[in-house]
Amino acid sequence: MAYRQVLDEAAPQWQKDRRERGAQAGTLPAGSDGPARFELALPERPALLGRRAWIALAVLVAAVGVGVPLCALVLPAGHPLHLSAYGMTLVGKLMCYAIAALALDLVWGYCGILSLGHGLFFALGGYAMGMYLMRSIGRDGHYQSDLPDFMVFLDWKELPWFWHGTEHFAYALLLVILVPAAVAWVFGFFAFRSRVKGVYLSIITQAMTFAAMLLFFRNETGFGGNNGFTDFKRILGFGITQPETRTVLFLTTFAALVLSFLAARAVVTSKLGRVATGIRDAESRLMFLGYSPLGYKLFIWTLSAVLCGIAGALYVPQVGIINPSEMSPVNSIEMAIWVAVGGRGTLFGPIVGAFAVNGAKSVFTTHFAEYWLFFLGAIFVLVPLFLPRGIVGLLRRGRAGDAA
Amino acid sequence: MRIPALRWLVCGLLCWHAGAAALTAEDLQALAGDDYASKEQALGALATDPDPRAAALLQALSDGDAAVDAAGRIIIGSGAASADTLAGMPVSEGEAAAAEPIMLNNRLRSLVERGIAARRLFDQDLAQRRAAAEALLANPDARFRPLVERARMTEADPDIKSRLDALWAMSALNDPDPEVQLAAIDLVVARRQPELRDLLRPLAEPSGGHETDARVRAAARAGIASLDRWQWWGDLAATLFSGLSLGSVLLLAALGLAITYGLIGVINMAHGEFLMLGAYATYVVQQAVQRYAPGWFDWYPLLSVPAAFAVAALAGLLIERLVLRHLYGRPLETLLTTFGLSLLMIQAVRMIFGAQNVQVANPGWMTGGIAILPGLILPYNRLIILAFSLAVVALAWAVLNRTRLGLFVRAVTQNRDMAACVGVKTRKVDSYAFGFGAGVAGLGGCALAQIGNVGPDLGQGYIIDSFMAVVLGGVGQLAGTVVGALGLGMASKLIEPFWGAVLAKIAVLVLIVLFIQKRPQGIFALKGRSAEA
Repeated sequence: MAYRQVLDEAAPQWQKDRRERGAQAGTLPAGSDGPARFELALPERPALLGRRAWIALAVLVAAVGVGVPLCALVLPAGHPLHLSAYGMTLVGKLMCYAIAALALDLVWGYCGILSLGHGLFFALGGYAMGMYLMRSIGRDGHYQSDLPDFMVFLDWKELPWFWHGTEHFAYALLLVILVPAAVAWVFGFFAFRSRVKGVYLSIITQAMTFAAMLLFFRNETGFGGNNGFTDFKRILGFGITQPETRTVLFLTTFAALVLSFLAARAVVTSKLGRVATGIRDAESRLMFLGYSPLGYKLFIWTLSAVLCGIAGALYVPQVGIINPSEMSPVNSIEMAIWVAVGGRGTLFGPIVGAFAVNGAKSVFTTHFAEYWLFFLGAIFVLVPLFLPRGIVGLLRRGRAGDAA
Repeated sequence: MRIPALRWLVCGLLCWHAGAAALTAEDLQALAGDDYASKEQALGALATDPDPRAAALLQALSDGDAAVDAAGRIIIGSGAASADTLAGMPVSEGEAAAAEPIMLNNRLRSLVERGIAARRLFDQDLAQRRAAAEALLANPDARFRPLVERARMTEADPDIKSRLDALWAMSALNDPDPEVQLAAIDLVVARRQPELRDLLRPLAEPSGGHETDARVRAAARAGIASLDRWQWWGDLAATLFSGLSLGSVLLLAALGLAITYGLIGVINMAHGEFLMLGAYATYVVQQAVQRYAPGWFDWYPLLSVPAAFAVAALAGLLIERLVLRHLYGRPLETLLTTFGLSLLMIQAVRMIFGAQNVQVANPGWMTGGIAILPGLILPYNRLIILAFSLAVVALAWAVLNRTRLGLFVRAVTQNRDMAACVGVKTRKVDSYAFGFGAGVAGLGGCALAQIGNVGPDLGQGYIIDSFMAVVLGGVGQLAGTVVGALGLGMASKLIEPFWGAVLAKIAVLVLIVLFIQKRPQGIFALKGRSAEA
């Protein structure tokens, strides 16, 4: 409120007039992705979360925080409410995907940049964590060497320089954040500076992850080639397949998801987030107003890459493998469809979408595997046609319809 | 007929020569012994001995049918067909059974094989002579030099002659007579066979090496330099050709994409699948022709080219009408949708034709190639595809610049709203242009089927590369696409020898990203107010 008052007092009379006129009659040009109506006066800045949302979140956190350890560790295996290792890994995996989808939505839904290369950041985070996990195998590997097995297999005598220090968990965590951030920043700097945008940018991001995949497929690159990393034994000294470790990983992932959601929400509702939305809807207008989009885009883009890297880092210890196929362009495109299905431009949507699409994938691949690609293809075609605002948009419209 | 007559003459001389140096028991004595060194010497003599009995013995040794009995007679053949080699008289089965088989080690066995091969150098059958020269080349042996020398004089077939020359040079290079050595060096240089270069190297070593004659050393050094030069040119030509060839394939893939992207601003991720449909259409036509009109098989491309175009264009039209037209103005979602369409098409084809690759045979006139230099063969199918892609460019150019539809397409590409204002039915133009672009991709698929396997994933590998070609060349520009595709192909192939295929690909991608920094609109930028959408 205060924000708007300051603006009102500072603005010259003609601006106030225009703002009022615009509020009465303004519409965005047809075909733009933005909302159908807009007000020239800045709408009020929403709170981080509404009161009901805070309560719902608190209840959810409490339920998961108590319920999951209870169901997984305390209840015996035969109990109907027992959470099996399979179920926990599955949901943990879905939550990682949800974080990645959230990250992608930040750039696509709020900044208008459709990245088809977020699988790269996901995999980079995963590889950084994987390096730590490989090192913590110690001498328990197949060749009983200090070096990871694949290096012994390739007849390497010592660790390459970029593996130094990866035996420390804290350093690995640092890498999880810094590596995707650095790659994203450099790529984004060059791409955004030369104002590459739209479909152009999408394809170039895809080329980026494709090139990285080719690079990681080579044995000489030093990340295990085709096979990547697997056969992890322990994390921080705890056996990686122990139910307790799994539960902790699950809860960590859940916490990461909640925190990512709050962080994304904070960014989106901030002033920076609004400028980003402006870039999405009409970049050239924003530039005429004196904004340089580069910094805004770069910040959101890098933040998104970091979130994606964190998702990848949580994914690897739960799934137990990371290899270059995570970087294949198809994986990154699938991420985009999670966001589209859930509803882009909302923060809740991508989480719903990731769960819905990947849930469907689990069902399909176990029951009718050969139709999965048909189903996936059909979602890609039908969702933009008939469900442009995704599941969340559908629910909202339903609620609006009820109210009217 | 002069040459065969000469050959007969030589054969006659050989026979006469054989009479003079008939096979004797002493020659063969060592074969019966246990000493492999003397066995080898005896076999060496035997291998080059023109006596027909020697040939029979070699054959028997090769078949494992040679034995020596207590009296020292060499018996060849087995069972009732056994005979004494020297006397040519049959021996009884009992005697044959009592004889001790002659043991050979691998070294001797290969000598025997070469001895047999060397005899075939004078065979009347071209294929036999070629195989013989091949066998000797695989395992060069100075002992056969006299035979090779004789065969070289009489050989009429240039291909075999060049092999024999190589064989002769290999042994003659180390001849004690400097004149022979010089002749051999000249021959090696004139033949420009890069694989012989290494033979010159020891001769070229500076004084103190084992070659003493200064003239020979100088000639060898000059010969190596000349061969290296040729090798360099040959490699360059081969690289350029493979670059052109890759570029022409990319061009076929990128051309349709350039039309659709320029027109509706949509990257069609299903574009690769139009290639795939074209390739499968070619396959179906090929199968049908093979079945119903096998006599016309060589001319099936006449049918498959229009079929590939029609199938892909029809699919493109359908997709445009049913799906894409409802998404105009939402480019990012269109991108996702086309990806979904590509998944659907791949899976549908996989279910109809199976997940395995299918084979499309080249028609007879497309197999083979032109040998420009030794080791540099330009395959006909690659050459034809190069020509075909240029023809397709010409077709696309003609359609865009010489037809009414082309005029409309260009108008809509430049300024959609203005074109609509002056009465162009933009929706219709969109449909037809999309169909045409898809059809061009189908033509590309038809060409791809001639140089590789046809599988459901065929198109997947081309989408990024062909988009890069479009971006590099400048969107909506035919000339740009041609330059972009050929340049991309060249660049990949030029980098490949230094860094390997994977790093070359990465380097090309990085180069393109950097290039876009400098010229965001590509090499051939659209000029004017319409350029910035």
